[in-house]
Amino acid sequence: MKSLEELKAIRDRMQGQVNIREEDSDALRVVVGMATCGIAAGARPVLTALSNAVQEKGLKNIAVVQTGCIGLCQYEPIVEVIAPGGEKTTYVKMTAEKALEVVEQHLISGHVVTKYTIDAAKLG
Amino acid sequence: MYRSHVLVCGGTGCTSSGSAKIIEALQNEIDKNDLTNEVQVVKTGCFGLCALGPIMIVYPEGSFYSMVSVDDIPEIVSEHLLKGRVVTRLLYNETVTEHGIKSLNETNFYKKQHRVALRNCGVINPENIEEYIGTDGYQALGKVLTEMTPDDVIKTILDSGLRGRGGGGFPTGLKWKLAKNLVQGGQKYVCCNADEGDPGAFMDRSVLEGDPHVVLEAMAIAGYAIGASQGYIYVRAEYPIAIKRLEIAIKQAREYGLLGKNIFNTGFDFDIGLRLGAGAFVCGEETALMTSIEGNRGEPRPRPPFPAEKGLFGKPTILNNVETYANVPQIILKGAEWFASMGTEKSKGTKVFALGGKINNTGLVEVPMGTTLREVIEEIGGGIPNGKKFKAAQTGGPSGGCIPAEHIDIPIDYDNLIAIGSMMGSGGLIVMDEDNCMVDIAKFFLEFTVDESCGKCTPCRVGTKRLLEILNKITKGQGTLEDIDKLEELCYYIKNNALCGLGQTAPNPVLSTLKYFRDEYIAHVVDKKCPAGVCKDLLSYEIITDKCKGCTACARVCPVGAISGTVKNPHVIDKTKCIKCGACIQKCKFGAIVKK
Repeated sequence: MKSLEELKAIRDRMQGQVNIREEDSDALRVVVGMATCGIAAGARPVLTALSNAVQEKGLKNIAVVQTGCIGLCQYEPIVEVIAPGGEKTTYVKMTAEKALEVVEQHLISGHVVTKYTIDAAKLG
Repeated sequence: MYRSHVLVCGGTGCTSSGSAKIIEALQNEIDKNDLTNEVQVVKTGCFGLCALGPIMIVYPEGSFYSMVSVDDIPEIVSEHLLKGRVVTRLLYNETVTEHGIKSLNETNFYKKQHRVALRNCGVINPENIEEYIGTDGYQALGKVLTEMTPDDVIKTILDSGLRGRGGGGFPTGLKWKLAKNLVQGGQKYVCCNADEGDPGAFMDRSVLEGDPHVVLEAMAIAGYAIGASQGYIYVRAEYPIAIKRLEIAIKQAREYGLLGKNIFNTGFDFDIGLRLGAGAFVCGEETALMTSIEGNRGEPRPRPPFPAEKGLFGKPTILNNVETYANVPQIILKGAEWFASMGTEKSKGTKVFALGGKINNTGLVEVPMGTTLREVIEEIGGGIPNGKKFKAAQTGGPSGGCIPAEHIDIPIDYDNLIAIGSMMGSGGLIVMDEDNCMVDIAKFFLEFTVDESCGKCTPCRVGTKRLLEILNKITKGQGTLEDIDKLEELCYYIKNNALCGLGQTAPNPVLSTLKYFRDEYIAHVVDKKCPAGVCKDLLSYEIITDKCKGCTACARVCPVGAISGTVKNPHVIDKTKCIKCGACIQKCKFGAIVKK
C-alpha cells in the first residue's frame, strides 16, 4: 500500500465491522424478533440483510440485535426501530428487500416507511 | 459481513485459564449450528477484569460473560447466538440488575476508567492489521509524513505534556527534541523498552498482546521526528504471546508497506527489529538495555553522555516505554490539547495500572491522572476482600515506595507520589491489608533486587546484600535498634552512590516502610514480635485450652506431629516441633488455635 487513499479505503471498509463492538447507550437499536415464530417466518435473512447493510454503508451508532418473542406472532418477521429517546417504530411482515428499504428511508433519511408498520397492517 | 461478533480475551491471563480451548469450542458450536457466516469469533486483547477470566463479550448486545468454561459454550451458542436470549447466569454479576442488564461502562470497575493507551485492547483482533486500520490505525503516521514537519511532531508531543510511562516521568517531547537536535549525519535509533521487569506489572504486556501495531506506528512517528530509520523493540523473553503478536504485526506492517522503504511514497524509511531479553531485570535500565542489544552482558554505563547524545552503538538514541508509545498516535490525531485536557497540571493524560494483591477486582485499569487512590481501591478495585482493613499500596515495584492508608485520598500523579516518598513507577499497584507485614514486604523486594543486581558497582552489589542481611536479622528476631539506624544510613549511601537506577532506587521500599511503619520495625526488634503475624520466626501457635474440644482434627492434619492430646481433652502444640504452616488453624472449627 503506497498511498493514504488506500489506507482510508481499508479503514472505511473495516470501520463498519469494528463499530459493532462499541458500548454505545446512545445507539439507535434495530431489534429483530428471532424466537421460534420469527425464525419460522423467515426472520434470519432479514437480520443478516439489516446487519450487512448497516456495516456496508458504515452507518454509525446503530446496533442490529435480535430478541425473543415480541408477542405478535402472526405479524412476524418483526423489526422494531428504537430511537435513543425510546420512540419505537414497529415494522411487521418484513422481508430482506423491505428491510433494505427501511435502511434507506428510515435509518438514513429519517422517514418512517409507514406502509410496512403495524398500524398500516392493522388497518389494511 | 457478520451480524454478531464474539470477542474472547486472548491475553496471557485468560489463555492460561483456557481461553484458547473456549475459542475452539465456540467455533465448532457455531459451525454445528450453521451460524458460521453470521457470527464472527475474534481473539482479542486484555479487557482488564482479569480476576473474572476467561472473558467473552457478545456484540452488538455488549453482553459481558465472565468465568466462562468450555462446558458453557453449547448453551451460549444455542441460547444467545441462535435465539437472542442472553445467558444471565454467566453475565458479570454487576451488570445484572433488577431493571435489566447494565452497560459495562456503568459498572464500578469501568465507570471511572478512560482507556486511551488500552483503547484497542479487547476490541480488535491484534493479529489482523486491517482491524487496527479500521480503528484509525496508521492514520497518524500518514498525517505526520504528509502534513507535518519533524519539529511540528515534537512540538505536539511537548505541548501534550506526555511524560515517560516507564516510571521516570521524563517529558517525552523533550527527549525527542534533544535527540533530533543532535545533527551528525549518521544513523540514529528509536528503541522501545518492553522489558517490564517489575514483579506483578503487566501493563506493557497487555498493550503488546492486544494492540501491537500502536507501538510500531508510534516508533515510526518518533523515527520521523528525530531523523532515524531503524528501531528496536527490546522485549523480555518471558512474554511469548507478546513476542508472537509483535512478529506477526511487524510482518504484516511490512507487507502493507507501513514499515520498510519509502512509506506512503514520501521517501521516509523505517524498519523495526525485535530483540529478546534473557531474564535480567537490570536490562530494563536504559543503558543496560542498549548494551544488551549491542550483544554484551547487560550492565549500565555512567551518564553523561545521555543516550539522546550517545546511546545504541554510540549513536543518538531515544528509548521510550511501551505505554508512552501507545499514547502517541492518538495525540497526533486528536491534538495536544485533547491529551492535556486529561489529568492534572503537571501530569497529563492517563495511566495504566496493574492492580494486584489484596483487592477484589485484580486486573488492568486505566485512569486519568489525578484519580485518587481511594477511587482506585474502593470503587474500581471493589475494595479489600474478606472485610480486611487497607494498610498500604505499593507502587513502582522494587524501585518504589508504599502509600499508607493515611494518604489514601492522594490524587495519583508523578509529583504527588514523589512528595510522599513513593513514585509512580511503571504502574504495578500492589494492595496490602492488615495481614501484611511491612518489614516482610521490604525484605521481599530486597531479595529480588539482590538477585538482579548486575554487580558492576560496589554500592549496589555489596550494599543491597548488606541491606537484605539486616532485614533477615530483623525478621528473625535477632535485630537491634542499632541495626535500624545502620539500615537507614546504608540506604542513603546506596541511593547516592549506585551507578544506575536499579541500585539508586533499591533502598526505596526500605526507606518508605521505615518512614510510615517504623513502629513495625521497632516491634520486631524490641518486642521480638511481628504485629501482622507474618514473620514465622517471631510467631508461635498456641491452643487456647478453654476453647479446645479435643476433637483431634488439628493433631491429625499437622505435618510434623507437633500436636499432642487425647480425645475430648485439650490439646497442646509443641513449639519446638511446630513449623508454623498454619494447617491446624485452618482445620480447627472452634477457633481454639491462635497465632501470637
